[in-house]
Order: sequence, then structure tokens, then C-alpha cells
Amino acid sequence: MSIQHHLNNDLLMAYAVGELPEALNLVIATHVSLCDECRARLESYDALGGAVVEHGYAAVADGSLDACLARISGLGQEQPRKAMSRQTKSVFPAPLMDYVGGGLETVKWRPIGMGAKQVILRTADTDASVRLLYIPGGAAMPDHGHNGLELTLVLQGAFRDEGQRFARGDIEVADASVEHTPVAEEGSVCICLAATQGKLKFNSLLPRLAQPFLRI
Amino acid sequence: MAENTEQTDWAALVFRVRDHQDKAAFAMLFKHFAPRVKGFLMKSGAGETLAEECAQDVMATLWQKAGQFDPARASVATWVFTIARNRRIDALRKARRPEPEELTWGPEPEPDQGDALDAQNDTERLGAAMARLPEKQRELIERAYYGDLSHSEIAAETGLPLGTIKSRIRLALERLRHQMDVKASQG
Repeated sequence: MSIQHHLNNDLLMAYAVGELPEALNLVIATHVSLCDECRARLESYDALGGAVVEHGYAAVADGSLDACLARISGLGQEQPRKAMSRQTKSVFPAPLMDYVGGGLETVKWRPIGMGAKQVILRTADTDASVRLLYIPGGAAMPDHGHNGLELTLVLQGAFRDEGQRFARGDIEVADASVEHTPVAEEGSVCICLAATQGKLKFNSLLPRLAQPFLRI
Repeated sequence: MAENTEQTDWAALVFRVRDHQDKAAFAMLFKHFAPRVKGFLMKSGAGETLAEECAQDVMATLWQKAGQFDPARASVATWVFTIARNRRIDALRKARRPEPEELTWGPEPEPDQGDALDAQNDTERLGAAMARLPEKQRELIERAYYGDLSHSEIAAETGLPLGTIKSRIRLALERLRHQMDVKASQG
């Protein structure tokens, strides 16, 4: 089950330089946890960062080295990690687990209609948000348009959108120009991590009224 | 000193820090990297005092985490960049940046020598390739890394040979996973 849908380079580089909102960072870190291809691309942007650092220079203060040596003599070293079995067998990779505070079974879902459920994950963002979605097999993702970027990462099950299939580890990157309706594959629940930048605007009246209460 | 020899083996110095808590090796790393980290942080908008303080933090982190340095995947400069970037995010209160799940088996005990050599040379090769870019393009890349561009302004098409680096890292990851699977099936 190899991953078919990846992050684009612009997002990987923006993540490498540390200039994305927290909500997007979380989805990217979670995808990279599952995807060696994107991890390798990300690390090549880190390598470019190494070259940029190597290029700059600002003299350190007198006594800087001595101060640092004094500091480290009080410090232990972290043990190198020993080989152990991967945790990624869990539905949630480590960065997501940190935000949820546990695995899938600890999620406190809130119904959002038509059998779908969600939970908003807390971030310090003002113009981006991230949530977990639970979509029953055969159901459509909550219908919304949005003003900015939208990342949808599949963690369990699969959805189809615009004739393409997205399964565990696959990520769909959409921007405001895309009107699309992902539908969970028949038969099993689809769990996704979705981040949006910019406020969502719902296409029907009721969800729009409900928006402030649901904190979507 | 070592600064002027043809090329210092920075990775070997990190191993001396890791294996022997070698302060002389640390001092050589400090002399080279601390001013570079400080320069990076100042160009990223930190004032002199903050940059000095954070550069020392970054070097202390290098001491503490020497065991996590993986020479098959990154040069020392690259590894230092990732520590400095994370310190900058904290210091300048930028958006929290969760990290991908660590490969829990850590660096290979005996990394592929060819890969390790290639990775250590990446920084120099990329530096040379950057120097050949038109100035505007080079400036755009540097500004991106200094955190000076919004993400919609960041252009990942750098015109630099990142594809070869990616391929090498990809192979190193595959090898790691394979070794992990063998271990798992044995035990």
C-alpha cells in the first residue's frame, strides 16, 4: 500500500523554513511520518538550509566558547535511540498523537450531521485550523468552500474525489479555486486529518449559522 | 587551526563528542558553527544579544543530541540548521512546528560510508551551486530560510540539484526500513 498522493515542494520547503501556521505544520508532520518520499524531499530542503547557515557569519562574543563549555559540563547527553518496533502501527503517528493526547480510541467526537463527526484540535492559529474528521462509508465530507489552502490527509479508510482514490497516508492539497466533494469509500469509516487556511464558508445556510458553535 | 585545512571532518568531531564527550572536538565545532548560527539568527531578525544567547543554546543542544546525528542522511551543517531553525521558532515566538515522527530505530550503527561521505559534501556542493545562481534567485532562497518570506512567496523551484540529495536520502531510508524488518522478523 504505497502512498500515491504527496505534498508539493512549495509546502515542504515552507515547512522546512518554519513559515507555516501550526495547523498546516501538524498535517505536514503527520504525512511525512508516513511517507518516506516526502521525508527525503523535506530533508533535501533541510540540506539547503545547511548551506545557507554555512554561508553566514557573525562573530560571537568574547568568552562565548568558555561560557558554553561551562554550560555543557553540567549537561548529560541523551542516549541514542535503540532500535525498537515502530509505533506507526497506530492509526495516529506521533505528532498527531501529541495533539490528540492519545490514540484513536481517546478522541471525543462531536456529531456534525449525516453520521459525520469531527473534533477540532487546538492550535494557536488565528487564520488556520485543523480537525479530525470521521466520515461514514459512502458519505460525503461536510460540504464547504474555503478561502485558502486545504490539506486533507487520510489516516484510515479511503475517500474518492475527482475520480481519484485517497487511502492511508495520501494527502489531497486543494486551494480556493477547487470546488470538490470527497466521498468516503463504501464499506468502512474514513478518518482524515484536515487543515484549512482562511475561514471556511459553508454553501448552505444552516451550517453557516452553526459555524460559530462548532468552531469550524 | 583546522579551519584552514582542506576540509575538516565535522562528522568525525560529532562522533568524538558522542562517544567520548570530547571537549576539544566540541570546541572545534563551536568555533566553526557558533558564529554561523549567530549570523543565521541575526539575519532572521534576532538582535545581537538574543542571537548570541541562542547560538550558545544551539551548540549546547548539539552536545546533548550528538547521538541522534545521522551522517548518512545529513551533513553536520544541515543538522545544525535544523536545531537553529527550531530555536529560532521558539525565540521569535513563531507558530509551533510539530516534527515528523522520529524513525524510532535511530541512526544506523554502521552507516553506508559512501552515503555518509556524500551527505557531508552536500553542504559544500550546494554552496557552490548557489554561488552560481543569479543573485536575485540566490537572495530569494536565503530570504526564505531567514524566515523573511510568507509561504505564498516561497518558490521551491530553486534551480539547485536537490533531486540527487533526495534520492540518496530515499535510499538510506529504504535501507533502514529493510534492516528494521529483518530485525523485527528475527525477534
